[in-house]
Amino acid sequence: MKVDKLKIARQFMEAIPHVRALGIEVVELAEARAVLALPYDLRFVGDPQTGVLHGGVVFTLMDSAAGTAVILHPAGPGGTATMDLRVDYMRAATPGQRIVADAVCYHVTRSVAFIRVTACDDDTARPVAVATGAFTVEPGMEGRS
Amino acid sequence: MTPRQSRREPVQQIKLRRDTALRALVQGVPYIQFLGVQFDRRGDELTAVLPYDDSLIGNPVLPALHGGVTAAFLETAAIIELAWSALWEEMETGKLDPTTLHPTHLPQLPRTIDFTVDYLRSGLPRDAYARARVNRSGRRYASVHVEAWQDNRARLFAQATGHFLMPQR
Repeated sequence: MKVDKLKIARQFMEAIPHVRALGIEVVELAEARAVLALPYDLRFVGDPQTGVLHGGVVFTLMDSAAGTAVILHPAGPGGTATMDLRVDYMRAATPGQRIVADAVCYHVTRSVAFIRVTACDDDTARPVAVATGAFTVEPGMEGRS
Repeated sequence: MTPRQSRREPVQQIKLRRDTALRALVQGVPYIQFLGVQFDRRGDELTAVLPYDDSLIGNPVLPALHGGVTAAFLETAAIIELAWSALWEEMETGKLDPTTLHPTHLPQLPRTIDFTVDYLRSGLPRDAYARARVNRSGRRYASVHVEAWQDNRARLFAQATGHFLMPQR
């Protein structure tokens, strides 16, 4: 995959105000794939008694990773927006640990991109959450016919 | 009829009790404070309010709210609605004294099992509102539907359905 496309995707990600507000970091970008990390932060706690992160912040991380994976698909969408996203919360994230979301855009049609995301804390054998969803495909430079 | 439901109870006292309980529930969760979500109360009906802030933007070109912010807002509206409806009964029958509620001493919140968000149109850079409806609430599981809008109540910009595990009492 072209280096400039990865660079553009990284700059695109890092320019999003809410991604910056959460301190989300790029771990790895590849063709149709994005791995993003969310550092543990007490401000994102959803259960004050246990210190477990709120589901909403895990959702945001997975949504961001999914959108970036769509942009990185070789079909070359010019832009994308979430149409629907379903997250299954399999277990509580361990307090103090960062969350890493690994998103794959596994299929793209002229108008829809399909994605899968897995989110883990330090125990990568037992995911914290998984997500599936559909994103819009906006015409791009390569996608225009 | 329990003393709590007495017709003679002064209205200010009733309001104070209900608002104190709601405030304790909402202010105890750091992430709700981080997003800035507030709740309007009319009797037992809650409306979640997300005041606009530049840090909530996910697409700076349009601009539009981040899809994750919309989801988190809806999930928060669903969880608080569930916790509130459980709390309401206990509070109004006098089983629970809301003045004992404190961010460090709250009833356990329901836990999300799954959450599906349907994005209908992009979130505009302005305030958003959401109302949740508990479609089923059993002893262990609950199913909640949430709708969110901005300028027009009839033009939803997102809706969601989620399943929740109820705290065991």
